[in-house]
Amino acid sequence: MTQAPKRRTPEELLEQLQAEEAYERRGRLKVFLGYASGVGKSFRMLDEGRRRRERGQDVIVGAIQPHVPQDIEAVLSKLPVIPLKIEQDTPVMDVEEILKRHPGVCLVDGLAYDNPPGSRNRSRWQDVDQLLDAGISVITSVNIQYIDELRERVQKITGKQVTQTVPRAFLNSADEIVVVDAPPEMCMPHGQDGDAAARASSMAQKLSELREIALLLAADVVDRQLEEYLTRHGVTQSFGAQERIMVCITPRANAGAMIASGKRNADRFHGDLIVAYVRQPEISAEDQAALDRNLTIAKQANARIEILEGEDPVESILQFAREHRITQVFVGHSTQERWWEKFTGTPLSRLIRRANNIDIRIFPH
Amino acid sequence: MSSSRGKLKIYLGYAAGVGKTYQMLEEAQELKRHGRDIVIGYFEPHGRKDTIGKTENLELVPRRKTEYRGTVFEEMDTDAILKRHPEICVVDEFPHTNIPGSDREKRWQDVQVLLDAGIDVLTTMNVQHLESLNDQVWRITGVRVRETIPDWVMQQADQVVMVDLTPRALLNRLARGVVYPPEKAMEALKNFFQESTLVALRELALRQTAHEVEIRQVDYNSPGFETVPSLNEVTDEPPRRKESILILVTSDPSTAMLIRRGKRVADYLHADCFAVAVQTNGKNSAAATPHSEAIQKHLNFARNLHIEVRALEGHDVAKTVVEFARLNGVTQLFLARPPAGRWRELGRGDLLQQIVKMARDMQVIIVADRTQRQPR
Repeated sequence: MTQAPKRRTPEELLEQLQAEEAYERRGRLKVFLGYASGVGKSFRMLDEGRRRRERGQDVIVGAIQPHVPQDIEAVLSKLPVIPLKIEQDTPVMDVEEILKRHPGVCLVDGLAYDNPPGSRNRSRWQDVDQLLDAGISVITSVNIQYIDELRERVQKITGKQVTQTVPRAFLNSADEIVVVDAPPEMCMPHGQDGDAAARASSMAQKLSELREIALLLAADVVDRQLEEYLTRHGVTQSFGAQERIMVCITPRANAGAMIASGKRNADRFHGDLIVAYVRQPEISAEDQAALDRNLTIAKQANARIEILEGEDPVESILQFAREHRITQVFVGHSTQERWWEKFTGTPLSRLIRRANNIDIRIFPH
Repeated sequence: MSSSRGKLKIYLGYAAGVGKTYQMLEEAQELKRHGRDIVIGYFEPHGRKDTIGKTENLELVPRRKTEYRGTVFEEMDTDAILKRHPEICVVDEFPHTNIPGSDREKRWQDVQVLLDAGIDVLTTMNVQHLESLNDQVWRITGVRVRETIPDWVMQQADQVVMVDLTPRALLNRLARGVVYPPEKAMEALKNFFQESTLVALRELALRQTAHEVEIRQVDYNSPGFETVPSLNEVTDEPPRRKESILILVTSDPSTAMLIRRGKRVADYLHADCFAVAVQTNGKNSAAATPHSEAIQKHLNFARNLHIEVRALEGHDVAKTVVEFARLNGVTQLFLARPPAGRWRELGRGDLLQQIVKMARDMQVIIVADRTQRQPR
């Protein structure tokens, strides 16, 4: 549904204008996201730097690991480098020097590195933030194992502990994110026999799980960008690229089955799960207790819980669903046996009729 | 599948110009350097110099020339490739439709022949050509993609790799004339290549690739190489009845959309999937009315997507479907939304109403009309 953009107050407009101006001044951030070392993210980053330089952009390398493979060396030789400083035996990006030189684009490898204690910024990603604030665009690369929020999950797969991390919010702020996708064998040692083959297949499994995480992370970031873009242009259009499931519960609903099914669907599609309840004015103590039990089930399923207000439950559900680009609404059968005989005009029939672009899933009681 | 069948690798993108062919040819070069016997079976240069450069030193099997209505068309020469029988064959533009009169209608069918002969194939396609996404792609782009690949063909591929490029970088390429010559580039920018369109398609491609990676995850340590459950799935829940989806096939044009959606949900839930039509008997069912022809067309469509198809007979459509569903352990019933004009009939024993009323022991899903485009 396309609706007219919401009327905004002068304060909101001013705020937006200031945000836009700040955004215009800030450098652009582009991130190459990899799922393992060896997929080629550093190469992709440097190669993009080289191509931009050939097209006349002012590109420098701000941070690169000291020992690089031959193919990377070849690209690196075509780019000016501001060398890392060594502080307390730790290589540190020379932020002052880069700010002084003020290039158009700075290439930064090893985004998750920590700076030694006493440095202005604790981590390299904060150095990058500073460069961006100064209006310098940054192209960087990071491995998903260094994303703070993913650390535990990745650790379970790899068995490797990581202490230096980048917060997910920093990735979300990127203007562009690119997945460096490569089939697992590219990252695996060649030549296999017996034990080696078994090790290789177990490694293939791990890499495949990491690869999936990286692709979904990128999809989520892209989805946010799409949403921001559409909101900026005042469009509440739904493309449905990501499944968003809204389970509507009542005190009497068979909430356990509905939420379990919602969770299964959301998990399989890697989508969002929202459990919504439209507040009813007068509710018996018994119903309130039943409702509380249902909301507890929703919390256990890690669903986002929404309490909706409004005189007409169907209207409230549809309005929320459209605003939040819901793709599937789950509802229970009405408890009144006879509603169905008067099909037109019942809440369920109205919901079905008006939910043009949304799947309606009706649950038995 | 026999072990001698060739392996299929798909380079998946979301628009022309993201670099699928380039990346595929780069891998072909790498394979050749490693001494593999590799040929190009079909390559579409599109006048892109960098990509053409990547074909250097690769053997090219000449295309077959076919005349159709006075014009000569060139198609992949599958017979010649079979005769040459390389280890690996590069085939660009997987969803291509062959010129009428070719041995097979679709290039993906030619590729099946190569795979059956034990030849490995590298190929390219965009996510919008996947059958089950057809309506969503229409909604995003306003383009009804005609050249589609059934989902099972992609599922059978050994590998799906995402060729990723940000929409901004793609738009830059387009503006620099790397993708298309100037006039065509201008046209493309007006239609398909709008940033929001590209972003949405890219998200579809990322999610599809993630899904393809997930369904290929096998636990090599367990007997029979069982598929491992998804990462965030709760493992301590009691075993459930296997989900089974029934799609109600009617003569209504919305059935195609319903079939795509039902099959997609079934694939994601690892559910069984039936497409069922009910012929109201009484009249001789052999008589081909436009109504029964449309139903046959829809059943064929479902069959081509590897959905189990049943044609039932009965006076009462709702009763016949629900009874069949019950007997076959169906847990989810997929129905189309009644066309807008027909809501008025609802009071008088509407099919949807009857089914919802009867099928109270299963979930009923009324599928959104994804064919509706919203104005920008």
